Amino acid sequence: MYNFAYHRPRTLAEATQLLAANEDAKLLAGGQTFIPTLKQRLAQPSDLVDLSAIAELRGIREEGGGLTIGATTPHAEVAASEVVRRVVPALADLAETIGDTQVRNLGTLGGSISNNDPAADYPAGLVGLGATVRTSKREIAAEDFFTGMFETALAEDEIVTAVHFPKPEKAAYAKFPNPASRYAIVGVFVARTAGGVRVAVTGAGPCVFRARELENALSADFAPEAVEGVSVSADGLNEDIHASAEYRAHLIKVMAKRAVAAAG
Amino acid sequence: MAEKGIGAAVPRKEDHRFVTGHGRYTDDINLPNQTHAVFVRSPHAHARITRIDKESALAVPGVIAVFTGADAQADGLGSLICGWMVRSRDGSDMKAAPHPVLAVDRVRYVGDPVAVVIAETLQQARDGAEALEVEYEELPAVTSVDRAHDGPLVHDDVPNNLIYDWELGDAAAVDAAFAKAARVVTQEHVQNRLVPNALEPRAAIGSYDAGSEEFTLYLTSQNPHVHRLVMSAFVAVAPEHKLRVVAPDVGGGFGSKIFIYNEECVVTWASRKIGGRPVKWREERSEAFLCDCHGRDHVTKAELALDAEGNFLALRVTTKANLGAYMSTFSSAVPTYLYATLLAGQYRTPAIYANVRAYYTNTTPVDAYRGAGRPEASFLLETLIDKAAREMGIDRAEIRRRNFIPKDAFPYQTPVALTYDTGDYEATLDRALELADYKGFPARKAEAERRGKLRGIGISCYIEACGIAPSQVAISLGAGVGLWESARIRCTHTGKVQVLTGAHSHGQGHETTFSQLVAEKLGVPYEDVEVIHGDTASTPIGMGTYGSRSLAVGGEAIMRACDKIIAKGAKIAAHLLEASEADIEFEAGVFRVKGTDKQKTIQEVIFTAYVPASYPEGVEPGMDESAFFDPPNFTYPAGTYVCEVEVDPETGTVSIETFVAVDDFGRVINPMVVEGQVHGGLAQGIGQALLEGAVYDDSGQLLTGSYMDYCMPRADDLPSFEVHTSPGTPTATNSMGVKGCGEAGAIGAPAAVINALTDAIGQRVEMPATPERVWRAIRTSSMPQAAE
Repeated sequence: MYNFAYHRPRTLAEATQLLAANEDAKLLAGGQTFIPTLKQRLAQPSDLVDLSAIAELRGIREEGGGLTIGATTPHAEVAASEVVRRVVPALADLAETIGDTQVRNLGTLGGSISNNDPAADYPAGLVGLGATVRTSKREIAAEDFFTGMFETALAEDEIVTAVHFPKPEKAAYAKFPNPASRYAIVGVFVARTAGGVRVAVTGAGPCVFRARELENALSADFAPEAVEGVSVSADGLNEDIHASAEYRAHLIKVMAKRAVAAAG
Repeated sequence: MAEKGIGAAVPRKEDHRFVTGHGRYTDDINLPNQTHAVFVRSPHAHARITRIDKESALAVPGVIAVFTGADAQADGLGSLICGWMVRSRDGSDMKAAPHPVLAVDRVRYVGDPVAVVIAETLQQARDGAEALEVEYEELPAVTSVDRAHDGPLVHDDVPNNLIYDWELGDAAAVDAAFAKAARVVTQEHVQNRLVPNALEPRAAIGSYDAGSEEFTLYLTSQNPHVHRLVMSAFVAVAPEHKLRVVAPDVGGGFGSKIFIYNEECVVTWASRKIGGRPVKWREERSEAFLCDCHGRDHVTKAELALDAEGNFLALRVTTKANLGAYMSTFSSAVPTYLYATLLAGQYRTPAIYANVRAYYTNTTPVDAYRGAGRPEASFLLETLIDKAAREMGIDRAEIRRRNFIPKDAFPYQTPVALTYDTGDYEATLDRALELADYKGFPARKAEAERRGKLRGIGISCYIEACGIAPSQVAISLGAGVGLWESARIRCTHTGKVQVLTGAHSHGQGHETTFSQLVAEKLGVPYEDVEVIHGDTASTPIGMGTYGSRSLAVGGEAIMRACDKIIAKGAKIAAHLLEASEADIEFEAGVFRVKGTDKQKTIQEVIFTAYVPASYPEGVEPGMDESAFFDPPNFTYPAGTYVCEVEVDPETGTVSIETFVAVDDFGRVINPMVVEGQVHGGLAQGIGQALLEGAVYDDSGQLLTGSYMDYCMPRADDLPSFEVHTSPGTPTATNSMGVKGCGEAGAIGAPAAVINALTDAIGQRVEMPATPERVWRAIRTSSMPQAAE
């Protein structure tokens, strides 16, 4: 770790100001990716703006029939929330599969999506549910928010404040974890919504994406068998020591089938 | 004393301090005026060092000194050694290339230490290490043992990177047996490379006292006296009597803390260089991945000749072993004397021949890791036998039973040098099959099929040679040291007993087990026994802990020192009781005149030894006895493991449903400690089978350099184990009848898991059997029916 100045603002305005005032300032949410990065000296921020004391960024509430979850709400809180269980149970299930107990107690929704790890779980949930990301400046549709590997639509001085999830008719997340890291080798979030069927895939590609061929098949028949006939291409999928692109393509179908079955 | 004596599941004494944070590990120690060291390591697998600019690091605030290989050489520091001479079949010595404590001119693996930066604080040492300018000229690298023979040379004077080309057994007899065999079964397989991953990373604090001219080294070591010996006799860091090595609490070793590494030599030497200030180093976990010796890494071809009834006629084995960039302390012995000598397994195969070629590659050195050679041998045999059973249509339990060394054939001389002393292999097999409900398996398989799962059952009948080792045998085979063990029993005025042992506990629970032994033997309360280990200044010279030897060898030294205490006590008691020494009997802590009620407790006798108001003539005061024990033979723990797995054919995921272990460890001192040892070993064996595997890319970068990519087994990867230790056949090699239990799980488990998986999907998958490998095998498998 290198030295840095540490700030713990109490308000969003204060945090935004600190971020704008220091060119090499970085935000710290749960720190589950960022702290190890700092410890390995892979980042050298001048200032660290810790968001954990900003009350307005944390919490879960119902809004417009859906859910709004504050950016610094930890995964464990989402997983255990009665509100989430009632309104979008698939999201609680997803949060429960993230990392391990320690990660879930500290890691946050906002931190996860701002980092946009290609194998993180939440991006699939957001895109699959057609969520909206709220920031200190604007609202961004989930599909426009995740722009590439570890890249988002966020500006340098922009802070995620909350995510709004509309309530789906049915939804479920199925994940095939990397046995070592427990990140998703492939994670598929399936939702049947008023606007149609959405299938979001994480872990398989450089960034979360919608599997249109699966969406088409499931729009015609929202049943596990509908997935069988679909061919998922391995082109452009990730390939590493844990899984080839071909295996990932296969797993997308298997996980999609299981998610549909779980969605009921 | 039976309550906490031999056979009682006494909770471990040491656990209270460990679980309440009162353990004292090397990193918990901070010496006055201490400095901090960070090693600068090669980022390349193979390169020439063209320039090191020390000034770049010395300019960093807080940096005190920078030392390189040239400095160490100039000070006359010697090479790290491999202490076991293995000769090639042409009679030539193994090619042990120099292994400098800091690289000189060339680096040979990613992580090879190039320089040490010493600073006031750890942060400043890191800054200095980062600032140090080192220029390299990259060289082509070789990482896989399959390419080593024709690869770029790791050491210029070792042609073909070939360290030795060794053989064991009767090649002509094997050839003759193959010629008349009804059936030959062949298998090629890989023993995956493993990273040891002790919970506590390695650490060292070197300190020099200019007044006494003594060096002290606090260290994560499994064998502090071996460290002292090698560091003085070979590396020439300090004269042996001026070097004190202390291994305080050590958080796991699994072999990786046996070896004498670069860093501990450097910090000890450097302390004097900087004027005697202590130099502290503790590795990062990523350094541990790169620099702690790895385990296994073989490529093997094995052939089994059988007659028409499935009787084994001969075994022929060809193995290539990857020893990494340098030969570590015991690396040469692992794929030879700890491997090929076990190829008889539990079977009466009359002819066996093994040829082992060991190679240098541009990878982390490979040495002993829990089991060390024996898991490799056991895996080879047990998977090959399964293949033979499948191909010949013989039940897998039956083919083993048919070939077992019968229980009335002991002592049994194998064709590969060892003499097994006791065993009853059919008994452990029968018990394991019964506990695993082997007969009921087809019904469970059918039920799993209805759920869309593939279910398989696997058997593994392992044997190991433990209690390492009879010194004369080991030395005749190339060991550079004797492998006896020592103990000292020091009684105090008040009748308390201090046990000083040359063995070292780094998770094994010696403080408990040894206390039970002594409590039972001397008849003193368990609570009155204190076990002291790990400090060359206080313990007798000992060879340390590895090879499941602490109890079988170290424990026997303790027993024999206790015998001397009892013998001396009998003289004193005879005097006090005005009886003849011949009439004194000792039982449960009481010296008694036979056939009378005249008696003295051991505490009274000990007190008399220190306060000799009335004392026998010619007997020295004090009650303090030492013993050394050199075992007449190895011990041979053996057992049967039965594993059942279920495979998800859609994803290739393997789930272990049940695991039954029946081990013959001889007599068991503390069943709970033994069960814990087996659990840990099984976890590591299952890890090797399904999860763990070090992967290098072609340029020599370790792709599995963290827990993000190297999969350690976790609780949810493992079933609830069913572990049993009877029926046992006590050994006569030591007076306790104990065989050793530390490595069994890691030795027997991989084959049990892989055999179960093969049974489930009809095809053997290389370890680690990752989901993708299993999925691919299922897709290509023709699913031949497993023989039942």
